[in-house]
Amino acid sequence: MSQIEEVTIDQYKHLVSERALTGETMLLNMGPQHPSTHGVLRLLLELDGEIVVNCIPDIGFLHTGIEKNMEAKTYQKAEVMTDRLDYMNTMGNNLAYCMAVEKLVDLDVPARAQALRVILVELQRIASHLVWLGTSGLDLAAMSMFLYCFREREQILDIFELVSGQRMMTTYIRPGGVWRDVPVEFEAAVRDFIKIFPKRIDEYETLLTKNPLFIDRMVDIGYLSKETALSYGVTGPMLRASGVDWDLRKIRPYCGYEQYDFNVPVLTEGDTYARYLVRIQELRESLKIVEQALNKLPLGPVRSDNRKFVPPPRSEIGTSMEALIHHFKLWTEGFSAPDASIYSAIESPRGELGVLLVGDGGPKPRRVHMRTPSFDNLSVISEMVKGYLVADLVAILASTDIVLGDIDR
Amino acid sequence: MDKKLEPIVKAVQGKFSAKFEEFRNEVHMFVNPDQIVDALTMLRDEHQFELLSALTAVDNYPQTSPRFYVIYQLTSLAQNLSLQLKVPVNGDKPKVPTVTRVYSVANWRERELFDMFGIEVEGHPDPRRILMPDDTEGHPLRRDFPLGYEEPQFTFNFDEIDLRKPYAKE
Repeated sequence: MSQIEEVTIDQYKHLVSERALTGETMLLNMGPQHPSTHGVLRLLLELDGEIVVNCIPDIGFLHTGIEKNMEAKTYQKAEVMTDRLDYMNTMGNNLAYCMAVEKLVDLDVPARAQALRVILVELQRIASHLVWLGTSGLDLAAMSMFLYCFREREQILDIFELVSGQRMMTTYIRPGGVWRDVPVEFEAAVRDFIKIFPKRIDEYETLLTKNPLFIDRMVDIGYLSKETALSYGVTGPMLRASGVDWDLRKIRPYCGYEQYDFNVPVLTEGDTYARYLVRIQELRESLKIVEQALNKLPLGPVRSDNRKFVPPPRSEIGTSMEALIHHFKLWTEGFSAPDASIYSAIESPRGELGVLLVGDGGPKPRRVHMRTPSFDNLSVISEMVKGYLVADLVAILASTDIVLGDIDR
Repeated sequence: MDKKLEPIVKAVQGKFSAKFEEFRNEVHMFVNPDQIVDALTMLRDEHQFELLSALTAVDNYPQTSPRFYVIYQLTSLAQNLSLQLKVPVNGDKPKVPTVTRVYSVANWRERELFDMFGIEVEGHPDPRRILMPDDTEGHPLRRDFPLGYEEPQFTFNFDEIDLRKPYAKE
């Protein structure tokens, strides 16, 4: 076993300014157990009084080897690992992974499954943004926001429980479709939410958007220019708040997003307040998509009938010999994918969630890489906080909407 | 292949004599390690690939040459195109030059590359491990690195396993 070593400034010599070496500025450790780091993130801050000179993030506290574990599982079994990545966006992770598998083995998905996927992923986006809104409000001492947001999020999690039996680790979206059709109560539950939620967004906005205290804390801090954002691979609402109109749902539509009418909010200010506004507007747009998808929800099968990749329904197994064989083969051996590599991406609540999937001709992947948006969105934090106060750092960090499970994998 | 991508692929082919493969409408180009910085600079400046979406590697163990493919997934926002560059790297002392000067996102991604695959990144401004603790031995995402597990402890063998279990003790 290795010894516990003492940490010295020598390790960080190339990252801090010269003044830190002479003791003129102070090095302060923030986290990994700090409520405003939204998880187990450690920030090493170099401070000149109250002003941040340098910020050195330290990640990896939540590293669980998800990519390594996925290599040891068949394509179906590896899917449960994706839920644990970004635990605020489980449906989205499932979708990203399933789309990658479908692309690798060339599998079609029926229309009803596509529409259900869109509804669930957009509900998940709302739930994720609500957690962001609640916790970032909490960071700025708007305690009540947290309670209101979690009240609405609970309603979405109830819908997920209804369809999948699980509130968070759903694994509901499967390669070739979804696990099973939604129960009859589903439509009423979603309609309830669509009816209530617009008023609730108005409530949030009255509490925050025009609140002078909130504006004082949010406007003109954490400026991120378009060029820096692109160079650091920043995607999602952060990029759109810096004036780049880039949303994969619009630009490279998947799951039939081209059928729905929605706007992509883009602002050019690039500060913390702009990021807040973009996400608030996205809540309304996502709700629009959910409503349209629910109105158009087609009837029909929810799973592909390609039995080489998708298990047959339970009812068939009792009567059909072939169905029994397919079921047995799929759950013992799994299906094989070609020896090739693909990259497929979706727009998660945080940005581009990409999956690099490499098959080796057998039933297990050779490599699964999850290109998680939080990782790149966090790497820009050291650029964004320079020159601002420590109190601003909390607001800026909250506005990046990071999830540490997504970063550390 | 996308019509807009054809001239770009031709240009990269001409300058770096790169081979390419196509699968499910995706274009992957093979570039040598010493050319990657020039290739990325050219794609960024002349063909508007502003975003380096992903940077990672694939281990082809037990194959040794090339053992790794380092993958650079590029996105062009202006033209709505994607292009993947693959850099073959041999298993014996794997090395690639850093591309942090072209795309800043490569800083953390290359640290991850070293941490997970042991591919050394030459000229990297901050060559530390990123996800694993500093004293880790080996590189977890290599195919010859065992997956590992934790021995389950029961009442009858708790103390016995506790003795050899690797975690910090008082």
